[in-house]
Amino acid sequence: MTLTKAELANLLFEQVGLNKREAKEMVEAFFEEVRTALETGESVKISGFGNFQLREKPQRPGRNPKTGEEMPITARRVVTFHASQKLKAMVEAAHAGSPAAE
Amino acid sequence: MTKSELITRLAERHPHLVATDAELAVKAIIDAMVDSLVAGERIEIRGFGSFSLNYRPPRVGRNPKTGEKVQVAGKHVPHFKAGKELRDRVDSKP
Repeated sequence: MTLTKAELANLLFEQVGLNKREAKEMVEAFFEEVRTALETGESVKISGFGNFQLREKPQRPGRNPKTGEEMPITARRVVTFHASQKLKAMVEAAHAGSPAAE
Repeated sequence: MTKSELITRLAERHPHLVATDAELAVKAIIDAMVDSLVAGERIEIRGFGSFSLNYRPPRVGRNPKTGEKVQVAGKHVPHFKAGKELRDRVDSKP
């Protein structure tokens, strides 16, 4: 099972008591606030989950994998996510010794 | 932006949603995301990105202090891949 916005909205309906429309709106608003913060260059720190940070990547040489043609990959700003120590520890404990969870 | 700032902004921008609900909702969303990854399940949020677990195979590491070899067990680590909308908005040149 994959967690999606629909699943999250359903949880808010069941656990928080929002109606279905409000629950959907709240889930959308949650991710929109995070996107807006990152878009304006702000990093986002969610304790117990992880941090979203921005990195400036310089231009580097690349290749079109289809044609093999060389072309530069332009400089860009990208988002990176670092899971919190707590989340990493919980994931490790839950999957100790078992390879390849998908 | 921290979790508490996220709660404040949500409450301010959506005044018709009750303020205490913003706090409960943020906590419920984050808890559900943590639970999914701990259960080994993916998270897919259209326009934002996806979270999954990556497997790091066992390897022989070294204690950087003593130089001693140590066996490091395989483990799963959370991984995030930004979705198209997030990638585009973060990189939009002013």
